[in-house]
Amino acid sequence: MMKNKPDEEDYWNSSKFKAFTFDDEDDEFSRLKESKQAVNSIRSLVEEEDDEDEVEKVSWSGEPVGRKTKPGNFQPFTDSLSESSVKLYAPELRKPKSESKDYISDWSPEETIHRMQQGKVVSLERFRSLQDKLLLLDFSVRAHDGNIITAVILFTLTSIIRVLFRELESRQTALRHFIHYLTEIRDHRLLLELLSNLFFSLPFSPEESAHVQDHYTLLERQIIIEATDRLAEHAGKVEIFQKFPRRASILNMPLITTLYYCCFYHYNEPEGTYSSPLNIRHTFRISEKQYFVTVLAARAKLKAWSDLDALFTSRNWLGFTKKKSPLSFHRVVDILQKNSAPTQVLQEYVGLVDDADLRIGLAQKHKCHDIVINTYRDLKDRQLLLGYRGKVERGSAEERKINDLLDSPVRKRRNYDHHHHYQHVT
Amino acid sequence: LAELADSPELPDFSLLKRLARDQLIYLLEQLPGKKDLFIEADLMSPLDRIANVSTLKQHEVDKLYKVEYKPIISTSDQVCFLIRPRIQTVKWIYVANADKAAGKFRRYKIIFTPQKFYACEAVLEEQGLFGDVTTDEWAFYLLPLDDDIISLELPEFFRDNFLAGDQRWVRTVGSALHLLHSIYGPFSKIYGIGRCAKMAYESWKEQVEEGDTKARQAEIGNAFLIDRDVDYITPLCSQVVYEGLVDDIFRIKCGCVEFGHDVTSSDKSVKVMLNSQDKVFSEIRNEHFSNVFSFLSQKARNLQTAYDKRRGMDIKQMKTFVSEELKGLKQEHRLLSLHIGACESIMKKKTKQDFQELLKTEHSLLEGFEIRECISFIEEHINRQVSMIESLRLLCLLSITENGLLPKDFRALKAQYLQSYGVDHLLTFANLRQLGLLVEQQPGETLTVMESKVGKLVNDKTAGKLTDAFSSLAKKSHFRALSRKLNLVPKSDEEYDLRVPRDMAYIFSGAYIPLSCKLIEQVLERDSWTGLEEVTKLLNGHEFAFTGSNGADLRAKSDAQRIILVMFLGGCTFSEISALRFLGRERGYKFIVVTTAITNSSRLIEALLGNKV
Repeated sequence: MMKNKPDEEDYWNSSKFKAFTFDDEDDEFSRLKESKQAVNSIRSLVEEEDDEDEVEKVSWSGEPVGRKTKPGNFQPFTDSLSESSVKLYAPELRKPKSESKDYISDWSPEETIHRMQQGKVVSLERFRSLQDKLLLLDFSVRAHDGNIITAVILFTLTSIIRVLFRELESRQTALRHFIHYLTEIRDHRLLLELLSNLFFSLPFSPEESAHVQDHYTLLERQIIIEATDRLAEHAGKVEIFQKFPRRASILNMPLITTLYYCCFYHYNEPEGTYSSPLNIRHTFRISEKQYFVTVLAARAKLKAWSDLDALFTSRNWLGFTKKKSPLSFHRVVDILQKNSAPTQVLQEYVGLVDDADLRIGLAQKHKCHDIVINTYRDLKDRQLLLGYRGKVERGSAEERKINDLLDSPVRKRRNYDHHHHYQHVT
Repeated sequence: LAELADSPELPDFSLLKRLARDQLIYLLEQLPGKKDLFIEADLMSPLDRIANVSTLKQHEVDKLYKVEYKPIISTSDQVCFLIRPRIQTVKWIYVANADKAAGKFRRYKIIFTPQKFYACEAVLEEQGLFGDVTTDEWAFYLLPLDDDIISLELPEFFRDNFLAGDQRWVRTVGSALHLLHSIYGPFSKIYGIGRCAKMAYESWKEQVEEGDTKARQAEIGNAFLIDRDVDYITPLCSQVVYEGLVDDIFRIKCGCVEFGHDVTSSDKSVKVMLNSQDKVFSEIRNEHFSNVFSFLSQKARNLQTAYDKRRGMDIKQMKTFVSEELKGLKQEHRLLSLHIGACESIMKKKTKQDFQELLKTEHSLLEGFEIRECISFIEEHINRQVSMIESLRLLCLLSITENGLLPKDFRALKAQYLQSYGVDHLLTFANLRQLGLLVEQQPGETLTVMESKVGKLVNDKTAGKLTDAFSSLAKKSHFRALSRKLNLVPKSDEEYDLRVPRDMAYIFSGAYIPLSCKLIEQVLERDSWTGLEEVTKLLNGHEFAFTGSNGADLRAKSDAQRIILVMFLGGCTFSEISALRFLGRERGYKFIVVTTAITNSSRLIEALLGNKV
């Protein structure tokens, strides 16, 4: 699995100065020929911030002496790596000082990341200055390995994370790993702190806040309706609850489900009550179409066809009634049919479908014979009438009607290509 | 179309299964003696494909449990967990472990697959369990689902990578590629597009350089890596090729589908493996659904004829018939009746949900035609509280094809969506926006009047639909531009014979050539990205092409050069696989599809729902 010897040799031959280059943002590898002076000056610098000079002195040593003594010493540790399952670097951090002397801790940031990727033991204790920590982080990001990015944040940065919010802001990749990690361990407190510190656009825009406010209002309503209706149901005095017992609580249901519920159980209530469908419609600014669809579905379920009649009927200034719908009538038919409306009801709405092709299709599908026959009659299409006669029941009123039409001498019998002669039938 | 006579042989991927099995056995033996094994739920099926219970029993696994986030009831002295590296599962192991408190001693081992993460071990450390529990890795990267499909079985890759921006799986993908490369490579050329593809390539490259390579005879010529976010349109479309349709409706899990009683017409449901071993399935899997019925009825007639041969046989002939043919015929009979049952069930379900109209809407969106009608169709869908996934899928299709919704439409549709399906979907919308799947057009994105006029002259379909054409063309739309440049949407006035497909568009009834597959076709044809600069610009770049190093010989025209590995990062659909198989037959290639998981529109949208947090 591991090539022990060459690996170590490589390290000792090449990485002498790598460890000191953390404040050289540009290209630390081209600087292999750094002077001893530079090494020394940096050494003193680190010593200042680092009390454990015992450890550091040993591990930095670029002297041949250190080089000779080391391999023998850390042999056991590399051996244990092949079964790296138990040993990990995290506990290594807590090893007694005397022991930590025995292994190298001056891997360069890049080397460290690389070893972590291979699951090898590393020492993170030398990355103590903020600069070092961030350099390590940047190398982990460069390696495109989320596992390592998260690990670096976790093991070197969490203790000082609160001073780091700013630093993270300019490191989007690392930041996203941290946010994901906090989400996964469900540390909502820190997550919130992080997000608000970063001037993140908090989840809700003004427009979205309005939705949340609506939801709040809705919940209040639902609580009232639920309490009232449960009482009514138990009392057993309201017919509709006896006939159609409620299946579930209305709490936490979406707005449209609530509206459906109210159309089902509270349809005729005056607008002043909380459970009145009209009141809900106005309070929550429900679109006309959405309101229609919901009423339609609920009343059709109850087979309250007369309610539908009223719903679609509007009166013009002359007092004539006319059927209108914000929803195309073929959809209306579809919804009615799914709620098993009888043919007479379907027929009425099929007849209101504007598009003649669509109308005939629906009429045939739902066996609204009158509509089919009348349409063919208006098209003056004898062939189609003849054809349709075969589809209606023998001896039925429909068959007689077709026969009458076919025999009628007044009509001019001509066959048209029906595709070209559809016209609106009013 | 007849398969080319010299179509190259696919490499034998069963080796991958053997490798995984051997490694698992090795790991189990690291914990000698009897032990109970807890298996993560979504590892059960993959494990099933490579080892069976008796294999586990042979290596002293006593009882098998599914990880269910309940207290551990095992009485064994040794407990082994086989899990994905997920923090939630590791936390459960702690919660479930009351041993310490009880002063009981047990040996615990956690095997993470395909690798472990430091974050998971940190949880163990935090809980004070680090020393008590040993951990290991089972490098089970690749599961061959069929002769030409290999899956990493990591559906969470999609959400982790594209939504959370977490690159934890990048190296995993690199390692998987490395594994394939070291067994079946060296690859001659490697192409790719996408940010993650590029990173995975680099990770792979690094691993290649670390290890030593032996010169070998390559079995795979070229590789193509593609990110899912390069093409969201394709996985969002309804699938109409048989295998894809079966996946959309019944959900194929790890190459296996469970047909319920509506298919089997009995009380029992049946689990069926769907792969090239199934002689009936392998002939219809890539067919457009409209051809499947006639194929199956022809097959049924042939079967009848074969059975009828029995008549007039003497005893000896009968004996041979029973011993040689009958079993095969019975097997075929069983498969036929299952697939006929599945077709009927599909027809029933699709008629009920007005599939035809749904398809019409999708095709209009792809064409950029009658957009207003599409919007009101979607609106009615939402108003009627039809499936929340379908509604979102259509909204996303609308947004991507139109390069975002007009602010007024966006607000209205979003408000109605929240009213119909619940306000907690605010988070879903935030997720979809982050991925660019469902966005509001920003002011300033509209073209100048002049440009729109020119656009109209070029692309207006019917004179009567002026407003329509105007509203859909008066914006900068990447999809439209891509579609024009790559000819993704064939002209709709031509008849498309689905029985004799002429291009990959057949997988969407002739209405659309999958962008992902078209890119692959173009790059292979040119042997580079040259000439596709404008296309890659529209796809945000990140394309690459490298010639393999270390001994990859370019002695072209060997069979291996026509074996092409396509890796989808973030999932691929069965429709895309069918399209690639078609392309392979046309051009004399064989494609091997490697994917982080099999996906479809529902899985893609479900991964982005924010309402269950």
